[in-house]
Amino acid sequence: MSIKKVLQRLGFLLLVIWAASTITFFIPRLSSRNPIRERFAELARTGGFSPADLEIIIAAYSAKFGIDRPLLEQYASYMGSIARFDLGISLHKYPKTVWELIMEALPWTIGLLLVTTILSFVIGNLLGAVAAWPRSPGWLRAFATPFVLLQGVPPVLLGVLLLFFIGFRLKLLPLGGAYSIGRVPQWDWPSFLDLLKHQILPAVSLIFGSMGAWVLSMRGMGVTIQGEDYVNFAEHKGLSGYTIFKDYYLRNALLPQVTGFALALGTVFTSAIVAEQIFSLPGVGSVLNDAIRANDFMVIYGIVLFITITVASLMVLVELIYPLLDPRIRH
Amino acid sequence: MATIAFPQPEVRQPSRATLVLRYLRRNKSLSVGLLILLFLVAFTVIGLLTINPKEAYPLAVRAKQPPSVTYPFGTDFFGRNLYAAMVIGMWQTALIGVLAGGLGTLIGVVLGFTSAYFGGILDATVKGICQILTPIPIFLIQVVIAGSIDRRSVTIYTMALIVVLLAWMGPTLVIRSQVLSMKERQFVSVAKLSGVGDMGIIFGEILPNLLPFIAASFVTQVFVSVYASFYLAVVGLGPLREPLLGNIIWGAQLQGAFFNGWWWWPITPAVAMVLILGSLALVNMGLDELANPRVRRSE
Repeated sequence: MSIKKVLQRLGFLLLVIWAASTITFFIPRLSSRNPIRERFAELARTGGFSPADLEIIIAAYSAKFGIDRPLLEQYASYMGSIARFDLGISLHKYPKTVWELIMEALPWTIGLLLVTTILSFVIGNLLGAVAAWPRSPGWLRAFATPFVLLQGVPPVLLGVLLLFFIGFRLKLLPLGGAYSIGRVPQWDWPSFLDLLKHQILPAVSLIFGSMGAWVLSMRGMGVTIQGEDYVNFAEHKGLSGYTIFKDYYLRNALLPQVTGFALALGTVFTSAIVAEQIFSLPGVGSVLNDAIRANDFMVIYGIVLFITITVASLMVLVELIYPLLDPRIRH
Repeated sequence: MATIAFPQPEVRQPSRATLVLRYLRRNKSLSVGLLILLFLVAFTVIGLLTINPKEAYPLAVRAKQPPSVTYPFGTDFFGRNLYAAMVIGMWQTALIGVLAGGLGTLIGVVLGFTSAYFGGILDATVKGICQILTPIPIFLIQVVIAGSIDRRSVTIYTMALIVVLLAWMGPTLVIRSQVLSMKERQFVSVAKLSGVGDMGIIFGEILPNLLPFIAASFVTQVFVSVYASFYLAVVGLGPLREPLLGNIIWGAQLQGAFFNGWWWWPITPAVAMVLILGSLALVNMGLDELANPRVRRSE
């Protein structure tokens, strides 16, 4: 792959980041809401300071956050701070920065996402491939059908149903949170098991919620590959069914799925954010939820930007790795 | 010699209804999806005729009652009759879906047609915008928009608008690619040579051929809109007063419904939403097969 192509993709990535930050800059400023005023009005309701003082405080903070400057100047300094990974300061958890809040929550989200995404990709593609493989037994082939329905169901809803049946009715697994109530997490075995127990339902709902799409697209892919000459040739050579399945059929059908994987990353993050809310798990999603509830705008915009940049970078990364998987594509 | 009169075999073309029924029997996902949708519509229509709409809003009935004869789905923490709330919520979900889906498809058709047919700068712009926006998770941008609006002024219609704002890209790209391939076909060239104008070709030649695609992308769009508005409502960015299904689940989660034993509160909207989205996905898949026979190979 040529250097030019790599640079081109990186340029595209910069363009996407620019677009996302421009959107998160301008949309809030189009609205009539003033985060600082709202925050202080909220404080004024609970504590007592006079309306005149309030105006002075708001003016002072507007100057501090730079909201009183001309729009273009604000835009320039906003872009500058993004380039320095400075996403601003939380209005509600002042003086914590948005970056700190995200970094505290990130390990949780990454842990959950990594496991569920990989598992659903592997299981989903295997099931799909088996469902399309003409020599697999009938019951295995029929197994893919329910996924047509499942594909439309967001993981959150699966989460609610699982919470009801397994958490509430059968009382097998906890109803939410990251630890049992009252447990102080430590680096020991029981703490780890407790943590694992709390992650099972979220993980299962995320895996099954995103598996349907893989099963169906892989089944579609598999059917197209069956008619290919090289599969016929391998069969006539007398290779065993397993070898054909593994080396001729699965490997080739899997290639477009890798591209699909890159495209699905946005959905994956979205599902995780919403699932964290339903299972009251710590993570980037719950930080976002708290921010929405508390009208903490800086955090909302910071998280949106952070996830967008992550997803876009991962997409470009997959695209750059792709030629290594498929030698036919030499950019 | 007596001539044998053979009974004339009568060839009868089966009626349209029979043909449709036969097709539905073959296209299982379409028929199952339509059946579930029909059931949901019946539930909503019958519900709208029987409920007192006031009971779908807070402080209307006794709070926290489990399902019973008077309250088939129970009542919630805020004193809403969940049956009434479900009926109104389904109706509002359908409204958002059809409004946002219709608008999104309309924008998609207009943009897709003009950019693909006329090409040039317009096409480059539309394609460029779609390319740049593709890696950005749409839901997050919707969160920014919905979060910037004063929560008290959010209505069902603003929800639909927020969803449409970013959801026109899908249908635009689908229609665009179809028009691009369609305008190179021979019948279009023939029409062009016979002196048919641009409008005549668009409306007389290409559009009629694309109707199945437009129908399919409408259903996709309804699905996407319902999905998006549900997600926004679940994280608490919906019109908080309305009994939108996502809002009910959000409220239940906020009050710790399962921890407190009020299991009926989140479960009914969740099941309803599974049915709505599942049936739309099925219909979507069925229509895909109808519009694009090549997909049939994968059955």
